[in-house]
Parts: sequence; C-alpha cells; structure tokens
Amino acid sequence: MERIISVLVENKFGVLARVAGLFSARGYNIESLSVAPTLDPTTSMITIVTVGDDRIIEQIMKQLNKVVEVLKVVDMTETSYLDRETALIKVHTRPEHRDEAMRIADIFRAKIVDSSPTTYTIEVTGDVDKVEALINMLQPLGIKELIRTGRVAIAREAKVPSRRESQAAKA
Amino acid sequence: MKKTGAEIFVESLKQEGVKVLFGIPGGVVLKIFDVLHQQKDVEVVLTRHEQGAAHMAEGYAKATGKVGVALVTSGPGMTNIVTGLADAYMDSVPMVAFTGQVSTNLIGNDAFQEADNVGISRPCTKHNVLVKDVRDLARTIKEAFYIARTGRPGPVLVDIPKDVSTEKAEFKYPDKVNLRGYSPTYDGDKHQIKQAAEEILKAKKPVIYIGGGALFSDAAHEILEFAEMTQIPVTMTLMGLSAFPGGHSLSMGMLGMHGTYWSNMAMHYADLVIAVGARFDDRVTGKIPEFCPEARFVHIDIDPTSIRKNVEAHIPIVGDVKTVLRQLNVVLRSMDGNQREIKELRRPWQKQIAEWKQAHPLKYHQDEKSTKPQYVIEELYKLTHDKGIIATDVGQHQMWAAQYFKGAKPRTWLTSGGLGTMGFGFPAAIGAQKAYPGELVVCITSEGSFQMNLQELATAATYNLPVKIVLLNNGFHGMVRQWQDLFYDGRYASSYLGKIPDFVKLAGAYGIRGLRALKPAEVEPVLREGLKHKGPVLMDFPVYPFENCYPMIPAGAAQHEMVLEDPPKLTKAQRGRVAKKKPEEGEGVLPA
Repeated sequence: MERIISVLVENKFGVLARVAGLFSARGYNIESLSVAPTLDPTTSMITIVTVGDDRIIEQIMKQLNKVVEVLKVVDMTETSYLDRETALIKVHTRPEHRDEAMRIADIFRAKIVDSSPTTYTIEVTGDVDKVEALINMLQPLGIKELIRTGRVAIAREAKVPSRRESQAAKA
Repeated sequence: MKKTGAEIFVESLKQEGVKVLFGIPGGVVLKIFDVLHQQKDVEVVLTRHEQGAAHMAEGYAKATGKVGVALVTSGPGMTNIVTGLADAYMDSVPMVAFTGQVSTNLIGNDAFQEADNVGISRPCTKHNVLVKDVRDLARTIKEAFYIARTGRPGPVLVDIPKDVSTEKAEFKYPDKVNLRGYSPTYDGDKHQIKQAAEEILKAKKPVIYIGGGALFSDAAHEILEFAEMTQIPVTMTLMGLSAFPGGHSLSMGMLGMHGTYWSNMAMHYADLVIAVGARFDDRVTGKIPEFCPEARFVHIDIDPTSIRKNVEAHIPIVGDVKTVLRQLNVVLRSMDGNQREIKELRRPWQKQIAEWKQAHPLKYHQDEKSTKPQYVIEELYKLTHDKGIIATDVGQHQMWAAQYFKGAKPRTWLTSGGLGTMGFGFPAAIGAQKAYPGELVVCITSEGSFQMNLQELATAATYNLPVKIVLLNNGFHGMVRQWQDLFYDGRYASSYLGKIPDFVKLAGAYGIRGLRALKPAEVEPVLREGLKHKGPVLMDFPVYPFENCYPMIPAGAAQHEMVLEDPPKLTKAQRGRVAKKKPEEGEGVLPA
C-alpha cells in the first residue's frame, strides 16, 4: 500500500542522507521525495512517498524516529490529508495540435508557461490523479520532457460536519 | 582565554571523565596527540592497528559500562575502525570514535588520506558528525558522549578536520545537552506494566528471556528479584550472559542456535515469554513461524524498533529495562504476596524443564589421546570460576565458552554477538584489562580468530597488560568446517588453515610467555601455570579438530528441532576424507 510519510528534521547537512539511507539499507524504494525548509528556517520537512505493508511501514517510522535530527514523523495516509504535486510538461505541438493542447490544458486548469514554434510547456498542480490524467491526455501529442516535483502533503484540520452528518449523529 | 581545538578536545574528554583512549596517530591528528602527550589525565594506549583500537574501546566499555573512546587518523585510520563501529552498533556498545579529517578547505578534493568518514560510517553508527567550526567542538563532544551512553547505547563518530584542531575558540564546556529530536523513553507505561503483571501471575509455563540490554541497563539486581519473586526460569542470549547468575537454580543457560536443549524446549512450549532487553535475533528464533507457537510475548526494550521487528509483541513496553523491572516488581509485590502459591503454580513447569535437562545435558567425550576443546574450557572454568572477566572471539570456541561458563557477575562476559567479528576477543580483553589492571582477564580464542588481530600482542607487551590467552587450536575455521560437515557433504572449502604459526614461539617473539599442552593430561597444569603468570601469556591447546558444537538448531529449523550429536553416517566418511590429507611438517596442528 502506498504511504505518504512526513518527516520533520533539523535543517543540517547529512540529515537527508541518513533518512534516505534508512530506506536503501533495507531495500525499500522511495517513490518520490521532496524537501524544503518550513516556517522555522532551522527545520525542514521531508515528504516521502513509499510503498510497503503495515509491518514495513511501522519499522520505517520507528527507524526514522530514532534518527537524532528527526523531530517528528507522521504517516499522512493514516489521517485526513491533502496532497499536491506540480509537473512541468513540454509537449510537441505540430501546427494542427496547438489548439488541442491548449484545450486539454484548459480542461485541467493547467497553464501554458512557455511556448516555442514547436512546443508548449504546461504547468499543472493537483493531486496525483489529476497530474497523471493530464499526462495521459497529452501523451498522444508527444511529450518531449516531463518533470514532477514529487508530492507534498498537509493534514486537514478537523472539518465542520455537514447538516446531514450532525443529524445522523443526533439520531 | 582562547584554546586550540586540540586543547578543547582534551579538556572536553577530561570533563567527560575519560581516563584512557585507544588509538594511532597520523598526519591530521598530530596536534591532538601533541596536546595529549603533554598532560597526564587522559592516557593514550597506542595500538598496532586501528581495528584493535576500536575493539579495545568496546572491551573497555563492555567491562565498565562507561563510554569507550578511540582516536584515529583520517582515511585508512578511519576505514580500519569501520568493523569496530559496526560491531558496537550491533551490540549496542557505548563508544565515541574520534577520526581526523583533512582541513576543511580540502574536504572533497581527494586530498591525501581523505575519506568521507561521516558518509562511510553513517549506516554503522548511532550518530555521527563532521565538526566544521572549532566553536562547535565542545558542544559536539558533549552531545556525542550523551548520545553514546543514553537510550539504546551505541557508537558515535566525531570527525575533526585538521584546521579545527589548530584554530582557537573560547572554551566553555556545556552543562547540558539540547537535542530536540532525541529523548529516549525510560519509564514504562503503567497500564502496560499492570497488564504484564497480570499475565505473569497467571502463566503456567513462563520463561524470562534476557538479552544484552539488561547488562547496559545495569539491571542484574532487578532481574534476580523479578525471577525469584515469580519463580520463572531464566534463559539468556549470547549477549545477555552474566546478567543472571549462570549457577542459579532458575538459570537455564543460553538459548538459541547452540543454546541448551532445555532452554530451547522451554521456549518452544512456553505460554508466556518475557523478553528483557533482547531483540529476537534469528540465531535465537530459528524458523520464525514455528517460534514459541503457544506463547504470548511481553517485550521490554528501550528501542521501539526492536519491538515487533521480528515477532509480535502482545504487551510491548518501551523503556529502560532496569526502570521498567523496578516498576513491574512493585506492581507484582502489591498484587500477590503469596510466595507459596506461586511456587506451587510453577512446580510442574520447573519439573518439566529439569526432565529436559536430565534427558539431554551438555556432553562431550574426553579420551586420553587428544584434547577436546570443551575439556579445556571446563578446566578453565573450574580454575577461574566466578573470578575475572572472559572475552571470547567468534566461532565454535565462543559457543562452547558460552555453554560451559556460568558467569555470576554482570559485565564479566565480553563477546561479539550481533556482527560476529572474528578478531574481537583479544583486543577486547586488552581494553577490559586496561580498565581493571588488577583483575584476571582471560581471552578464549582460536587460531583462526586470533590471527585476525594478533598484532596487538605488541600492545599487551608494551603496556604489560597481563591478558591470559587460551587458544583452542584445531587448525580449521571450526564453525565453518562444522557446517561443511553437516550441510556440504564434508567438502572443506577453504576452512583448513594450512600453515599455522608456532604460537609459543610467536609469543616469545613479542617477549610474552608461551605455553602449550600437547596431551589432555597437560591441560590443567598449563592452565594453572598460565593463570599464575604475572604478565601476559599465550596458552596454545592443540585440540581434536573434528569436534562439532552441539546441541544445534540448524539454520532455518525450529527450536524444538535441535540436533544433539553428529549424525553417525556422515562422520565416518568425512573423517576418512580428511585423514587422507596428512599435514606436512609445520602445517596445521593436527594431533594424531
């Protein structure tokens, strides 16, 4: 099962190597990885997407917690969360395809951020399904280059219950 | 007043109470050694190889419970201690290794004797740091010692570039550490402890299973109290030996691959296993799906990653073994004061274990012709008994020592368990002897293991550290040969050692006393004379080369599938094959 693990770490050199090393030393693959400082510049958030059964994930989380510079580890998939990814897609556009490319970008609320006589570069942000759907749609036109940021995730705040839900709760 | 990095280093070590460090100088650590040379509080033991320094620091740490310290140079100095770091990491030995590094402006330039020390050591240290600014040095050293000895102990590496040791900074040793991502849990969860206590009082066939964590937590007293109060039989892992008196009526000795028959049977039929600072290593569990099929597990460990790593824990308790057992003992005392009832409840189980013990005791046959390795160890045990410290190397001799030595005092059993490092024993014995110069320290080793670090004979001679080396010489990598006997149709691929040095002469070359017992009748007198000798001594015991270590759980088998002796049809053919190959003169010691 796919998991998104958020790891809050001290912003020091070598920390990322230690975190990544925990995965590689056990033969686990990292599907995607993103790192950037948080509001507090002395800490960084590492978001890791990985695949494993419950036992493997439990072991990974415990091992991550053991690293001295790791401050907090959260398995986002166990909570309610939002995740986003950005992709930059450079598409071949022969004259007869330029309109079609724009239309597809429009449907996905993606932006054309660069244009040349033979290409468009399209920027899209969304959850993984949206990004992949767009890629699939653009594939027939010919994708020249594709760059993805890897996913970031944030926990949702406690939501306000809908009227129907609160009625159900009363009953 | 400002101090150089080297001065700060030495002052920091004094603040940590370091009395001795083991190491070898080199280009980038010259400044540090120069400062060490001009003071008397921290003694330097110059070893002959950096691996020796690392194992000595381990031996020192295992014997004292204090943090062992090694100091080596960059590049090859550092790469040579990697085995020691990995060994310490596996066996949770508190140790701080200081490595020299090329000057900060040269890092990454492939400078002379440069290596990525932090990168290389990352997977085999609890923590490691490159100090890039002399102003961070004191704080980093404080943190290194703190991390090494707290929580689940382990090795920490501090990498010090040459310019950091020469530059100056204000020195103030910090009073406390501030590590926001590191706070080990010491107290056990009360609810979990209560639940454990209830199960413990209810269980009909419980076993206490003790690992090395009990020793580093200094919990021997609490374990004894716990076991006696609840009348539960105790078994120990290779690393846990000496945490509970081996001669106690509740002790079942070691469990696992070469553990006693009765302890493995007890585990297999147990209804409750209380794991105390142990990690369910594969050498203990054998085949996991058939491991303790009837048991529920209470697992006490300070390291959450040890819990539920290999087996399910029904009642996990994260915390320091000593603290948790104290809590548990209080709860148990309050829940049931009736000792007679407990004794009554446990009697059938204890009787069953006694029957297993009687059915298949440890055994070997000593004839008049060739010395059996077990015989040497038993005789040694008779002579030393509860005195002194035993360090072992790795292999058959280690397992026999584990079976026949019934350590009574904690920290008197030093061995390499997790990594299984041949060459560990002798330097570890030197480290322990350095910590306790007046105590008897015996290194039980073999010709295979000993030759992996015999250069330290020079260290023992130089510092006149009176380690007694008992060398069981069978001319083979014995454990490898045993597996080849059992699983590879007796094809002795590269396990026969060929030319073996004359160890008595070798000792003599270092100015060390050498002794040899050629016949079984000479074993006891040689041991007696060797142990009496004031300085270091090497006792060579040529032993019967085809003795196999039993009982044994073959790799991948379950606990109750122990093999108790040589399968009869195999041995004859195999021995015939080897007997054809007569050693030439001076080649391996194979008694007729």
